[in-house]
Amino acid sequence: MDYLLETSRIGISFPGVKALSGIDFRLKAGEVHALMGQNGAGKSTLLKILSGVYRQDEGRIFLKGREVNFSSPTEAQHSGISTVHQEINLIPTLSVAENLFLGIQPRTSSGRLDWKKIHRDSENILSRLDLRIDVSEQLNSYSTAIRQFVAIARSLLFSADVLILDEPTSSLDKDEAAKLFAVIRGLKRDGLGIIFVTHFLDQMYEISDRATVLRNGEMIGCFEAAGLSRMDLITAMVGDAQAARAENEPSKRRARTSQAPGDERILEASGLSRSGAIEPIDLSIGKGEVIGLAGLLGSGRSETARILFGIDAPDKGDVRICGSRLKPCSPIDAIMAGMGFCPEDRKTEGIIGNLSVRENIILALQASRGLRRMLGREEQAAIAGKFIEALSIKTSSAEEAVKNLSGGNQQKVIIARWLASNLRVLILDEPTRGIDVASKSEMQNLILSLADQGLGVLFISSELDEVARCCGRAAVLRDRRKIGELSGDELSPDGIMRMIAGGESAA
Amino acid sequence: MRQKLPDVLRSPYFWSLLFLAALLIFNILFTERFGVIEVRDGHFYGNIMDILRRSVPTVLLGTGMTLVIATGGIDLSVGAVIAVSGAIGALLARDGYPLPVIIALPLAAALISGVWNGFLVAKIGIQPFVATLILMVSGRGIAQLLCGGQIIKFSDPSFEYISAGFILGFPFSMYLAAAVLAAVQTVTRKTALGLFIESIGVNPAASRCVGINATSIKLIVYAFSGLCAGIAGLLLTTEIRGADANNVGLNLEMDAILATVIGGTAMTGGKFYLAGSVIGALIIQTLTTTILARGVTRPATLVVKAIVVISISLIQSSVFRSQLSGLLAGRGGRA
Amino acid sequence: MKHKRVLLLTLVSVVLLAFGCAAFAADTLVVGFSQIGAESGWRTAETESVISAAKDLGIDLKFSDAQQKQENQISAIRAFIAQGVDGILLAPVVETGWEPVLTEAKEAGIPVILLDRGITVADESLYVCKITSDFIFEGEQAAKWTAAELGGKGNVVQLQGTPGASAAIERQKGFEDELAKTPDIKILESQTGDFTMELGKQVMEAFLKKYGNDIDVVYAHNDDMGLGAVQAIKEAGLKPGADIKLITVDATKAAFEAMVAGEVNAVVECNPLLGPLAFETLKKALAGEKLDKWIVQVDQVFTKDQAASVIGSRKY
Repeated sequence: MDYLLETSRIGISFPGVKALSGIDFRLKAGEVHALMGQNGAGKSTLLKILSGVYRQDEGRIFLKGREVNFSSPTEAQHSGISTVHQEINLIPTLSVAENLFLGIQPRTSSGRLDWKKIHRDSENILSRLDLRIDVSEQLNSYSTAIRQFVAIARSLLFSADVLILDEPTSSLDKDEAAKLFAVIRGLKRDGLGIIFVTHFLDQMYEISDRATVLRNGEMIGCFEAAGLSRMDLITAMVGDAQAARAENEPSKRRARTSQAPGDERILEASGLSRSGAIEPIDLSIGKGEVIGLAGLLGSGRSETARILFGIDAPDKGDVRICGSRLKPCSPIDAIMAGMGFCPEDRKTEGIIGNLSVRENIILALQASRGLRRMLGREEQAAIAGKFIEALSIKTSSAEEAVKNLSGGNQQKVIIARWLASNLRVLILDEPTRGIDVASKSEMQNLILSLADQGLGVLFISSELDEVARCCGRAAVLRDRRKIGELSGDELSPDGIMRMIAGGESAA
Repeated sequence: MRQKLPDVLRSPYFWSLLFLAALLIFNILFTERFGVIEVRDGHFYGNIMDILRRSVPTVLLGTGMTLVIATGGIDLSVGAVIAVSGAIGALLARDGYPLPVIIALPLAAALISGVWNGFLVAKIGIQPFVATLILMVSGRGIAQLLCGGQIIKFSDPSFEYISAGFILGFPFSMYLAAAVLAAVQTVTRKTALGLFIESIGVNPAASRCVGINATSIKLIVYAFSGLCAGIAGLLLTTEIRGADANNVGLNLEMDAILATVIGGTAMTGGKFYLAGSVIGALIIQTLTTTILARGVTRPATLVVKAIVVISISLIQSSVFRSQLSGLLAGRGGRA
Repeated sequence: MKHKRVLLLTLVSVVLLAFGCAAFAADTLVVGFSQIGAESGWRTAETESVISAAKDLGIDLKFSDAQQKQENQISAIRAFIAQGVDGILLAPVVETGWEPVLTEAKEAGIPVILLDRGITVADESLYVCKITSDFIFEGEQAAKWTAAELGGKGNVVQLQGTPGASAAIERQKGFEDELAKTPDIKILESQTGDFTMELGKQVMEAFLKKYGNDIDVVYAHNDDMGLGAVQAIKEAGLKPGADIKLITVDATKAAFEAMVAGEVNAVVECNPLLGPLAFETLKKALAGEKLDKWIVQVDQVFTKDQAASVIGSRKY
């Protein structure tokens, strides 16, 4: 049969690495085709070749039976392959309508921009996605989910045949994801071929017709989703029976995380508030405790973390580490007191991309030592080497620029950064977002083993089962307010959902 | 295969060094008496010595500029600060003040100018371009006021030693530049200053999250850039034994920025290459000296400079390099 | 009712204004002076000359500094016209683009005299005359001195002013045309030093590297470049004024000091003290006298031997 998009023996190499080889990817019209694989499996590279960012070193690409060779993403887009990236490529300070029609604005007969048509068409195209918003508002006044829809809507304007969705659900909550899936099904009925990349296995099963699995730059196979067992999928992705078991073994660590009362409190926040971010909140974390912060997107989770760590100033309230009060709005004070923070947005607030893995790891330690007490080069190398090994960070060397690492490994570098400094309590904001299954499980185990060694952890995640699995106790937030805490058997995805839905505190 | 360059080709210094060497070899072969170095009055004398001596101001400015640019900023005011420091130095020298005063006061003024820039950028949060533009415009005005629209002349051999003195046959100013460079290299690499500067330049938000105090780092680099301009001001003023507030150091900020960029430090900030900036300054001066030595007319000079700068920038751009090698490979494949 | 009051007010002000102007005109001459700026010592000297001459003659001078911008000069002239001045002195920053505003001045019956630079207009009656030095004459003077000093044989290098400036073009033309009469004197090379000391020195350094002791005379289009060259010669281990001779243009005090020290051999004057001549000419124009279109400020050559005796009387 004829495929909508077909690649034949595609391969590409980067300095020192064979990133992809012999990929035969086939997409039919009217199907949702999942692209699965761990971080570093080659998913992003394949997408970049299909969308014209990279040119393959070997192999050929056929679109609707005709061979194509894109020299730029624009060319790919005009040929009918549209991509919605994980990091949405829209301009936050322009309006929704401007974003939709940027570069393809309709003009009136006199040559001026036809704003009426732009707004009308914007509303029309968004209503196709069942979205009714004010299109003249700035894009950054809307949530990530809405921005995602806008990005999809924009690609529809290019009369796409192939729509590539690169982890579209990673920052969406459940309802939003459901809504997105409804949209995807609609597009599928219209005959589009949709390539869908995700780390969520459930979502793959929910939406996909077929799945192609990549591992280490090679194609493991293409499967009918309906006939593929979870275990087989994970095995194909991970190639390692152990990791698959880890995923299937939900709650091995709950037992040890409940704390006996009277334990040493490491972090205490009382009456912490900031208008527009969070209503007064109390939190306390004991030695060796993993405390969850659960809630839907926009419930004030990240905002709380930022205030705790001193990035944003609180209006009221204070934070104490081991009893001593922190200066508000001073990350260095928090760091000196023993706090560490892995931010939600790894790229803009976490890693320092052009610096090496070594430099990224020692940076927080060096900042707390001050300008003058410079760590010696050997000392730095020793620290970096130790954590690269301890956290099994995959990098060609400690001198590799951290931006060249995969997401999961970047996350590990950030955690290593804090472990290298004098750490007592670690705040993790979505530490497993955008990370593949095996790394995710590895990350969770790492966090728990750190807690075993006496570290206090504040664990923020939008995946409720992850919160339930890793945390001994969790504070639940809704609409910028803490509505209760859950622990023991009540701390389950269902329990959290019930609390958010009902608003009644189980505690 | 993606092109895999040998390590030497990927060195940030390779292309600029190659270019400098090519320029020098061209001159030695084709420009009359270019390579001749004689001993005169007990010191070396020749075009190549001129390049070394005359590049010192740009090297000094480039050193300060490199650190500023590495933080993601820019300092447009250095030319004006040169005028201020030169004017103060010349006035003091003319009125017969002792040497320590003649040196210290202009440098203090330059340092204050730098701190002012740093204050505007780091504390007030004005964009570096705008913040330093303020002093770029007003600084020269201040210098003109100090000089009363005249060239302030002076005669003070001990002060003039800065630009006219020689040690072991080499100009004193060269040792001065070397000392400043060595000091900066030591301070940036033996303390965490260099690391913090790069960190702020690459990602200010993340740097804040690891506890780096960008305010104080920026204050330091802008103050240092001012100080470098102050030293350059003393040099240029003693060079002509007079303070010419209208002309001294005019457009030199552009040369400093150019030297930095040629040297491989990106305008967006981040990793910085002091040695690269020195090479950049040498390239700029070699060009000027070449043009003078070959008697190229002035309008042509600017065109030649522009062509050279464009080619260096292109060679250093990885996009251009990969396209070029793609083009060459494509042609090779079809042949 | 309302209209009447406005009319009355207008009438009163017109009458007052008329009286005011008349009273003014009877007492003193009111002159507007639009100066280019204060970019050099030479220009500052010119400004001071005009201001002090006005003071001496009891003239009410309206001074406007244009900061190197033609639009500032144009609005200054418009303001002068609106104030009803008796005459306008203009040191034009550029040569072209003056027709509209000068036509306005002409229609208002205000004579305009150009100082130290000329302009290009289709209708020359838009200004009374220009009072400038003759740059070509200055170049010729320098060439005559050079020819005499070298005894008709030798090598010369030329430090030119800013490319495109009329002073640079004409000082070069006068010099080269005159020097062509002595074929054994060769101009080895000409290069711009941008009228600055710094570049003058740097260019001279390059000349010295290239021609060494072959250079007999340096001709610099202004004093600053010449003084820069003096330093370059000294640093090359030669004696300026003896091993290599120098002649410069402008005759500033600094150049005289260098002559007294024996480091510069001669200067051609380019006198900026145009104030007295300017007002004298303006008065003649107002009196209806017929004037030449170009009134030349006569410049002279000063040599090393005269320097010591003249330096005391130099004003700039």
